[in-house]
Amino acid sequence: MNIVVCIKQVPDTASVIKVKDGQIDYEGLTWVVNPYDEYALEEALRIKEKQGSGKVTLLSLGPERVKEALKTGLAMGADEAVHLKDPAFEGLDSFTTAKVLAAALKKTPFDLIWCGWKGVDADQGVVGISLAELLDLPHVSFVTKVEIAPDGKSATLEKEIEGGHEVVETNLPALFTAQKGLNEPRYPTLKGIMAVKSKIIQEWSAVDLGVSTAELEPLAEVVGASLPPARKVGRMLSGTPQEMAAELVRLLHEEANVI
Amino acid sequence: MPSPILVVAEEREGKLNKVSFELLGAARRLAEGSSGGVMAALLGSGLEALAPALGHYGASRVYLVDSPALAQYSPEAYAQALVGLVQKIKPEVIFLSATSRGRDLAPRLGAKLGVVVASDCTDFTLQDSGRLLITRPIFAGKALAQVRLKGTPQIATLRPNIFPPLSPETSRTAAIEKITVEGATARAVTKEVKKAAAGKKDVAEAEIIVSGGRGMKGPENYHLLEELAEALGGAVGASRAAVDAGWRPHSDQVGQTGKTVTPKLYVACGISGAIQHLAGMKTAKYIVAINKDPEAPIFKIADYGIVGDLFEIVPLITAEAKKLKSYQ
Repeated sequence: MNIVVCIKQVPDTASVIKVKDGQIDYEGLTWVVNPYDEYALEEALRIKEKQGSGKVTLLSLGPERVKEALKTGLAMGADEAVHLKDPAFEGLDSFTTAKVLAAALKKTPFDLIWCGWKGVDADQGVVGISLAELLDLPHVSFVTKVEIAPDGKSATLEKEIEGGHEVVETNLPALFTAQKGLNEPRYPTLKGIMAVKSKIIQEWSAVDLGVSTAELEPLAEVVGASLPPARKVGRMLSGTPQEMAAELVRLLHEEANVI
Repeated sequence: MPSPILVVAEEREGKLNKVSFELLGAARRLAEGSSGGVMAALLGSGLEALAPALGHYGASRVYLVDSPALAQYSPEAYAQALVGLVQKIKPEVIFLSATSRGRDLAPRLGAKLGVVVASDCTDFTLQDSGRLLITRPIFAGKALAQVRLKGTPQIATLRPNIFPPLSPETSRTAAIEKITVEGATARAVTKEVKKAAAGKKDVAEAEIIVSGGRGMKGPENYHLLEELAEALGGAVGASRAAVDAGWRPHSDQVGQTGKTVTPKLYVACGISGAIQHLAGMKTAKYIVAINKDPEAPIFKIADYGIVGDLFEIVPLITAEAKKLKSYQ
């Protein structure tokens, strides 16, 4: 089974985000593989291992630094990687990103596509599902469990919804987006890290993909970014535990009016 | 704005969810002073009885897209049905809810219409150009982005618990129009819905959240938070530390790799306040922090802080809350 995993490189979740001149300041941030994409990749590797054959290919769009994310994925066990790199790809909106990924997938044989359900930077959650539509595939999002049929032609999944899970069935090929809880991603082994050297990262530009400038026309404009307003300084309660508990409930009721 | 605003209402287990009414409230605010009305789409099967309430909450017309083929939610079939409606009424703006369903459906719909969706929006203003200037949290709320969408329709999913609904007026009624759809495609099919424990509230939708972190010391102590949450009518949340330790399910996690929440009250118990956690909850209207470490970062954003032993203090708060409720 050929599985393609789309990964995004994002700032580490421990990052302090700063704003400079009305835009996000990306200087000095530590870049990692988007956590949800790690779940996606881990599951792809497990499916390949269980099926006993096939290939896991990574696909990522972004500047040169993205190679590090691809190397991390290769070290985890992916077989091949494709880097979609072109100055024209900078700052693309989610749907246009999906269009570029779709163009790359038209050149890449697959039976299954995995994405993280969203990037923890832009928090859009749009790329994966849009990609499914562009490739005319069914999709299942927020996946926390998956069982591929032995013949590799269908899958039964669980997806997270408010207050529970839905059991969904679909034929393959399909696109799935991973939610936390799906699995525990492996760490790259030393052997895995050494093996990266022998793996090739292909680079495809807009021309390679046959994507025209008109298709890359932005569909959204980020007008600016700001930090959320600081919260006003709160109050520390004092007294015995009993006094503090009574005072808290009184304040929540009379002052905050929330209970 | 002469073109209408379309709200995609959301039905769960035979009822309209609260965020459907919030979407109508937001749409009405946008429609003020414009000639375009607020339209609601209700998709499913056998939902006629739910349609009038959408009028009471502000829709001037309800499109009831009612078909046995839509009885089970499917992103493909629902998006396809909505495209038909969009072509018919040509809305300028479409609002969906930023719930698991809305966030599943909106990108399908956007892709079918060739536009990008703005997800999980918390504010908007209408500009003179007729375009929305949308505010949406990024990095789980560590920052806010202002976004303008270029295509039409402008599609946004709106975060629950942010936009106030109108007070329902039974005198406000909507024209109800039935739409038929044929041969819906649904390749991924929902077979079963597994509910978590009966009556369990989801943190993303709860107005009050009582959340526990590493300071809870183990899964066996969460009953203290469940009891407080029950007394307050809220849900129980957890920090990443508690989820990664396997104490609580991921669906309870609040933070950058969990849920970003905006309840009216967030009670953080034994949570130090890692940056990725604070990102997910600091837009709560009121924050209470209970922690034994007076230096814990959570106190910096708390409205009310209690330094002490949560195992002693939380049950006392539960007792006080019960006492208060018994007077109400």
